[in-house]
Amino acid sequence: MDVFETVFVRNNLIVAFALVGVVMWFSYLLADKLTQGRIHGSAIAIALGLLAAYFGGVAAGGTRGVADIALLGGIGLMGGGMLRDFAIVATAFGVHLSELKKAGLAGVISIFAGVVVSFIVGAAVAIAFGYTDPAEITTIGAGAVTYIVGPVTGEAIGASNEVITLSVAAGLVKSILVMIGTPLVARFIGLDNPQSAMVFGGLMGTTSGVAAGLAATDPKLVPYGAMTATFYTGVGCLLGPSLLFFIVSAMF
Amino acid sequence: MLVYGVALLSACLIAGMLIGEALGVLLGVEANVGGVGIAMLFLVLASNSQRFKNLTQGAAGDGIKFWSAMYIPIVVAMAASQNVAAAVDGGVLAILAGVLAVVVSFALVPVLARIGKSGSDEGGAA
Repeated sequence: MDVFETVFVRNNLIVAFALVGVVMWFSYLLADKLTQGRIHGSAIAIALGLLAAYFGGVAAGGTRGVADIALLGGIGLMGGGMLRDFAIVATAFGVHLSELKKAGLAGVISIFAGVVVSFIVGAAVAIAFGYTDPAEITTIGAGAVTYIVGPVTGEAIGASNEVITLSVAAGLVKSILVMIGTPLVARFIGLDNPQSAMVFGGLMGTTSGVAAGLAATDPKLVPYGAMTATFYTGVGCLLGPSLLFFIVSAMF
Repeated sequence: MLVYGVALLSACLIAGMLIGEALGVLLGVEANVGGVGIAMLFLVLASNSQRFKNLTQGAAGDGIKFWSAMYIPIVVAMAASQNVAAAVDGGVLAILAGVLAVVVSFALVPVLARIGKSGSDEGGAA
């Protein structure tokens, strides 16, 4: 058993490559045989990943899904920020500049619209649940923007720890729902071309959600959505503790 | 050489991240502002330019394509390392805030996508 553990922990990234490979193979098999290709294999793989993350998180009591299980630590490295960003940038290879220019303006507008709309929705839910303190309303609203904007805003304006935790949870729900929901709604919201993908990335903003959601819908759209989505968290961190907080403070 | 493409990709990411980080400092924001997006822009410019031909064509290009193809497996690993348990434990408020934010944002996609269309000569792809 010790030998097993030594090899797995010492080579954790390699273990992750092998394991994810098996999951991909299994998912594409399911997609092919069970759904006749109607559901994308990568959508099934991502859903399996999320499911595993839930059970891993419950079992290990950590914050990084299955990556907190010692033998599967490499999954955290493989799916961590560094390799994720590296692969996202690589998807831009072969993209034509003209496609980006076409949706440039709509893309920029969608980033600001996305931050403000998600914030308003989150803040409205907070108010509906009886929150009256502007710092708390702002923090929960910011959590609905992304799970990074929530705590950054909350800490900047002095919200309590419980409210910050709540804002992270709201952001996580958003990110996971975008991963699962995007392939299901893509047809109904016209998400089938580079321009709408850029708008989609700007509106949703959660990099992980957009990255996985588009991968499960049509991998060709990934670079366009990712491009705008990566500006979203920055804009959210900029507006949350400043403009949006001032507006909420003036109202309550 | 395969590694030339990988090196170009790495250089783009590092340059983008540096600019994104600097933007964050300039704006007084505790976040990297668009570093990945800027890096992607660099790669698009490089891959559309004749000057970088040696770094983007042939075997060098395969080095970039490899990482592009690894994207979905990496995203699957990312999904498996999300804090799903915390999201489920967040309670009704967190779930409602997250779900409604997504629903409203989904609904806005076709509305805003129209801005892109009216500003260009592309009409039929919807």
